[in-house]
Amino acid sequence: MSKRVLLGLLLACGLTASALAQEPKTGGVINAVIQPEPPGLMLAMIQNGPTQMVSGNIFEGLLRYSPKLEPLPELAESWSVSEDAKTYTFKLRKGVTWHDGKPFTAADVLFSVEMLKQTHARARNNLAQVDKVEAPDDYTVVFTLKQPFGPFLGIFEVGSMPMVPKHLYDGTDWKTNPYNNAPVGTGPFMFKEWQKGSFIRLVKNPNYYEKGKPYIDEIYWQIIPDAAARSVAYETGKVDVLPGGSVENFDVPRLSKLKDTCVTGAGWEFFSPLAWLWLNNRQGPLADKRVRQAIMYAIDRDFAKDVIWNGLGKVATGPSASTIKYYTDDVPKYAYDPAKAKALLKEAGYKGEKIRLLPLAYGETWQRWGEAVKQNLMDVGMNIETISTDVAGGNQKIGDWDYDIAFTYLYQYGDPALGVGRNYVSSAIAKGQVFNNVEGYSNPEIDKLFADGAVATPDSKRKEIYAKAQKILVEDVPVAWMLELQFPTITRCKVKNLITTGIGVNDGFKDAWLDK
Amino acid sequence: MLKSPSGVAGLVILLLAVSVAVFGPLLFPNSPWRMVQRPFLPPFTLSTVPLGTDALGRDVFAGMIFGARVSLLVGLVSTLVALVVGVPIGAMAGYFGGKVDDALMRFTEFFQTIPSFALAIVLVAILQPSIYSIVASIAVVSWPPVARLVRGEVLSLRTREYVQAAVVTGQSNTWIILREILPNALSPVIVLASLMVATAILLESSLSFLGLGDPNLISWGYMVGAGRTVIRQAWWITVFPGVAILISVLGLNLIGEGLNDALNPRLSREGR
Repeated sequence: MSKRVLLGLLLACGLTASALAQEPKTGGVINAVIQPEPPGLMLAMIQNGPTQMVSGNIFEGLLRYSPKLEPLPELAESWSVSEDAKTYTFKLRKGVTWHDGKPFTAADVLFSVEMLKQTHARARNNLAQVDKVEAPDDYTVVFTLKQPFGPFLGIFEVGSMPMVPKHLYDGTDWKTNPYNNAPVGTGPFMFKEWQKGSFIRLVKNPNYYEKGKPYIDEIYWQIIPDAAARSVAYETGKVDVLPGGSVENFDVPRLSKLKDTCVTGAGWEFFSPLAWLWLNNRQGPLADKRVRQAIMYAIDRDFAKDVIWNGLGKVATGPSASTIKYYTDDVPKYAYDPAKAKALLKEAGYKGEKIRLLPLAYGETWQRWGEAVKQNLMDVGMNIETISTDVAGGNQKIGDWDYDIAFTYLYQYGDPALGVGRNYVSSAIAKGQVFNNVEGYSNPEIDKLFADGAVATPDSKRKEIYAKAQKILVEDVPVAWMLELQFPTITRCKVKNLITTGIGVNDGFKDAWLDK
Repeated sequence: MLKSPSGVAGLVILLLAVSVAVFGPLLFPNSPWRMVQRPFLPPFTLSTVPLGTDALGRDVFAGMIFGARVSLLVGLVSTLVALVVGVPIGAMAGYFGGKVDDALMRFTEFFQTIPSFALAIVLVAILQPSIYSIVASIAVVSWPPVARLVRGEVLSLRTREYVQAAVVTGQSNTWIILREILPNALSPVIVLASLMVATAILLESSLSFLGLGDPNLISWGYMVGAGRTVIRQAWWITVFPGVAILISVLGLNLIGEGLNDALNPRLSREGR
């Protein structure tokens, strides 16, 4: 017995040691699925999910982010913040070249900032606190802010602020620039060809500034429109990488069990998609806080996680995902408790008024989820009518505030000031949009907390402010938080080191290698 | 009718389906949408859920029973609506002839040139999926054959002596159509109607399969559509409602055949 244990220990130690000692191998071709086919690859102008996933390996930002969302050097090799937290100085890496051989300098950064302000809505928002950007020399960039802005170091991710080659874009009409179709970046992979409806091919950048990287020779992003066909493509060995969301959830367990298959939920920390139900705070029974709380108690969110999402993800505790800065779970808790929900409904005087539920038309999983939530709410005596629509129809209804309950999920971008506040402050109420404050919640106290939190220093002060905001919001239930979603990435185990950062596959091929 | 064994078989199937639709929900008061057991429970393992559970742990057997109600209701009501629209149009076209006939038949052809399933999809999508829009769109795509059939019958009956006699005695057009012509044109319409119910059930199932069913009502087509993607893990979610569709459509077709045999005087005289 003891011998066996000893042997096991020895084996385990041996295995760990050999795993640690594994040196990256160079060479090989990776086939990955991209779903859906991106509308274009010019990251400065298009920010769809699939565009970010492909182009994040062509372009680069000044910084990368670890899974814990700490900034890591990328095009900027170091940075410093002034005492008053208003001046950020970035030292750029030397010897970086664009794919066409021209050097990357501070002029490119200045140009990119100007261009993104016009072409990239989120970048424009993120840069709103920037007073001026200067380049004292070719390898230094200085951002001066109007006032301290806590999340500032979080806005340099490649999808949020990709660097664009000035020499190819300056003075041209950006929309019709021929390089939009054959993007030129500084990244580890270069764009090679795109057979529409079939595949996008990237090849290794031989002059990449990190010596030895990338390890892979070529990436084929395969375009396969049907979900079942994507699973089959993996099973038959046509593709080796299924990025999150590219197969239906119920296929995940089956595919995970296949030989030499590795599954991870990591690589979404920066986005931290959080699913919730918009509750129309303006009218009808849902205008009453008690009815909204009843909804939180009535819905079995563990069931949704275990059955509908096959155990992936995490039940949300409030407006912030647990991976977001300043998250706190010191908030009122809503466990599954139909009796309490019934009592609250009774107290609020709900008398069976009809409530319309809009599921999200994103495929099977969301449809099943809508059915389960409807049943949960009917079980506590709410009169729910499901309205079925397509994506565009649903967006229109939500934008027109013509709904009572509606499913959604949104990215959070690492910091409450970037991705959370926008959903609850009253200044973000505007008809026609499907993000931001759609529910019509308006609370001056919350407005003030988020306004203060964005510019407060130091960190401990921000933490305090956001903890308070989370508490108030969870008590008020402006929307019904469901799950922190997890989109599993399925790969053959021979694909190593693909997911190392907070944006996962989006910039993962820089470090990935194939164990042949 | 009762002499043809296939007709009797069809009748038995239909009676069975109707009684399930009418009385089944009384025996199973629980909503078919309720999650009652663990998901993907195979059939014949638990007596409380004899046909197993679906992806959310809902009872497949309860779904079948409640689905019977929706499928049969849609089949019958949409056929009735189609008859209400098609019979008068066909009768008027056949009886009055000339310009009225031309106008009504061109109008009918307009509907016939569009593939009926495609038109049904478009109508349901525009009107938003609900039980009403589904019945309406199935009726809209299925009345033209009725109109053409009735017109053909009326055309041939129009020249019979007893109709001429009624005209000579000064009967009103309405009276002649309703009392003299239609009763005699009815038997092929009844046969067609029984087949139309079957087609309507199939159409409803196809629409639900595509996700265009009423989201608040369970139907066989919905069950097949929702189970399709997991067919490799759980065959029973699709197979049982699929079999239910097959059997009820088969039953209606058998009835149609039996009615055809019984109502066609030439066939019955030959002793078939």
